[in-house]
Amino acid sequence: MKKFFSLLAGAVFALAAAPSFATVHVLACEPEWASLATELGGDKVSASSATNALQDPHHVEARPSLIARTRNADLLVCTGLELESGWLPILVRQSGNAKIAPGQPGYLEAGMLVPRLEVPTRLDRSEGDVHAAGNPHIQLDPRNIATVADALAKRLAAIDPANAATYAARYKDFAARWSAAIAKWERDAAPLKGVAVVEHHKNMEYLLHWLGMHQVGTLEPKPGVEPSAAHLSELLNQLQQQPAKMVLRAAYQDGRASEWLSSHAHIPAVVLPFTVGGDDQAKDLFSLFDDTVQRLLAGLK
Amino acid sequence: MKNTLMAAALAAAFGLPPAARAAEDPALAQLREQIRAMQAQYEARIHALEQRLDAAEAARSQPAGTAQTAQTAVPASATAAPVSPAPVVAAAPPPAAPATSPNAFNPAIALILGGTYANLSQDPARWRLQGFMPGGDAVGPGRRSFNLGESELTLGANVDPQFAGQLTFSIDGDNQVSVEEAFFQTLGLSNGFTLKGGRFLSSIGYLNSQHAHAWDFTDAPLAYEAFLGGQYKAEGLQLKWLAPTDRFLEFGAEAGSGRAFPGNDRDRNGFGSTALYAHLGDDIGDSASWRAGLSWLHTGSAGRGWDDADAAGNPVADAFTGKSDVWIADAIYKWAPNGNPLDTNFKLQGEFFRRRERGTLASETSSGNYAGIQSGWYLQGVYQFRPLWRTGLRYDRLDAGSPSFGAGLDPTNFGLLAPYDPSRVTWMVDYTPSEFSRFRLQLARDRSRPGIVDNQVYLQYIMSLGAHGAHTF
Repeated sequence: MKKFFSLLAGAVFALAAAPSFATVHVLACEPEWASLATELGGDKVSASSATNALQDPHHVEARPSLIARTRNADLLVCTGLELESGWLPILVRQSGNAKIAPGQPGYLEAGMLVPRLEVPTRLDRSEGDVHAAGNPHIQLDPRNIATVADALAKRLAAIDPANAATYAARYKDFAARWSAAIAKWERDAAPLKGVAVVEHHKNMEYLLHWLGMHQVGTLEPKPGVEPSAAHLSELLNQLQQQPAKMVLRAAYQDGRASEWLSSHAHIPAVVLPFTVGGDDQAKDLFSLFDDTVQRLLAGLK
Repeated sequence: MKNTLMAAALAAAFGLPPAARAAEDPALAQLREQIRAMQAQYEARIHALEQRLDAAEAARSQPAGTAQTAQTAVPASATAAPVSPAPVVAAAPPPAAPATSPNAFNPAIALILGGTYANLSQDPARWRLQGFMPGGDAVGPGRRSFNLGESELTLGANVDPQFAGQLTFSIDGDNQVSVEEAFFQTLGLSNGFTLKGGRFLSSIGYLNSQHAHAWDFTDAPLAYEAFLGGQYKAEGLQLKWLAPTDRFLEFGAEAGSGRAFPGNDRDRNGFGSTALYAHLGDDIGDSASWRAGLSWLHTGSAGRGWDDADAAGNPVADAFTGKSDVWIADAIYKWAPNGNPLDTNFKLQGEFFRRRERGTLASETSSGNYAGIQSGWYLQGVYQFRPLWRTGLRYDRLDAGSPSFGAGLDPTNFGLLAPYDPSRVTWMVDYTPSEFSRFRLQLARDRSRPGIVDNQVYLQYIMSLGAHGAHTF
């Protein structure tokens, strides 16, 4: 009897001490992180995203299906920086899953790993939907992806030590291909340097920053506030003095305001995929940036 | 050995010079070496932290409204852009140095301000739900003219790695402060279990667990007013389990004091109320999702009284003692194109209630057996037809059933229990300038008593300040 119990205790201890995974279930809040997890984990992970590229990541419902997926996740990878504050806390709270609570190894907040832009010095909701920790749309600077990839590979290895070597090898391979790709994109995008643009929401800042472009106005009067007719005509006037080459929006954003500005200011309206799956070309992280750079260059012509 | 170690520890702790230390022995030397290593390690860490702090301060002290990174060359043409033309310093380095003030651990504070203007064609003091024993405090159309609604103050934070806590005060227009919710909750017991304890909005039904400011109409459905006295707040424990399935499947059990309507304070030990529920939900493609549930609440009351009138209109004091069982079937369906609810979305929701009560009724000096089965339902649809604007329609219906009065009871002493089927039609339109503010116009035709139609007009505002509260499905 005593022997049985010690065997049982040993078995329980072994199970608790060395968790072994058939596959690591990764739930990403945004498609780019699901894509990255697949790059780094291959068949050792099964990654899915809570939002798709045609959904505004600020505003999705904390749907029952998402709660169920959060409950079964081993690792949650999110941008953070309050981007998901309208729904993610509910998922985590209702999932009853201790592994993915903030502060646990199963929770990776990508936004806190990279240099952040637009950290507000003043927090007041009269400024619109401001994010205390800075602009959360970090994924369109590929250097940020590289930083997050490093952390994500380490995190996967920590959660699933049995496959640590695989993650390290895949990361090494990814990092090499990625830095070569960055060099190519930067070469291709050279003509974009110094180009002025108008954007819908302040969600392209990291892209503009990376490519040396700059923004001279936004369709939204304030972050998260719907474009209004008054603001658009003011913006049109402003563009007379301070012309922009194109007006940018993400695939998930309503096109009416940017088409209006495009036809009145006679500049092209450019739709960017914004994340993986945002259009037919952006199938993975590499083609996301291929397509983004191509679309920007096409807008310049 | 023990003494040597103690001496070594003391020596290390007080940082005595080597000459003053006890005689050298290998254990001591080893210990000293370890401490030296630790010290070096910490110094290196502190140095790294100081560097980060300096960088963060530099980023913060920048004159422009936001911190831009240095790598961007700011073009000369961007003079009007809100970017500082001066050479800018580095962006916030990852991770930011945490705030050092003791207030950094203060709970998040969220504040809700609400108010209404009501225009009622009938005297609200005479409003009643014919056929139903009254109870609960948040029942009825409220008062006429301007009314300060419920102001709600919520404080919430994680307690420690295991628990989170939340307190919601509600301050009503009559300057009464009440504790709406005050509970602790486990932060993932693992395996899908969550335990909650304190006072909380019970998870039975669909609307019950939502705070009034999140409702799509100014008031609760009639079924909630009739069967749960507005909203059922349990005081006790709740255990929830989320099944490890791809489809959302959740089971919950609650044990409470049973003091809230349809129960009342019975001054007894043990569980005064029990609730069980199950919820099932999933998506239908990218655009639609649903949740359906079944709940059961069992509670009891001793001398749950109300003021009634006899056939001649004289006031009589009536009371019910016995058991109540409430069953609720609820379903909600939400649609938004591609799951993007911002521009347009639609929500269809309905709940069916059935309550069985059995026990004894008392009226002044007489008493006798009573049994009744009553039911009710509502169905509502809310459509966001353009950004910021929504409109909704709701139909309420109750069935008082036919009560059975035992020997010794004179039914005319229970004027309020004379059978009737109350109904109400409600239409609303609301405007939501931002996530944090909402204005609503609501019109209702209330037929909650025989032969009288109450036309109700409400104008309502809801403002939400402070911490960003996430919304449940």
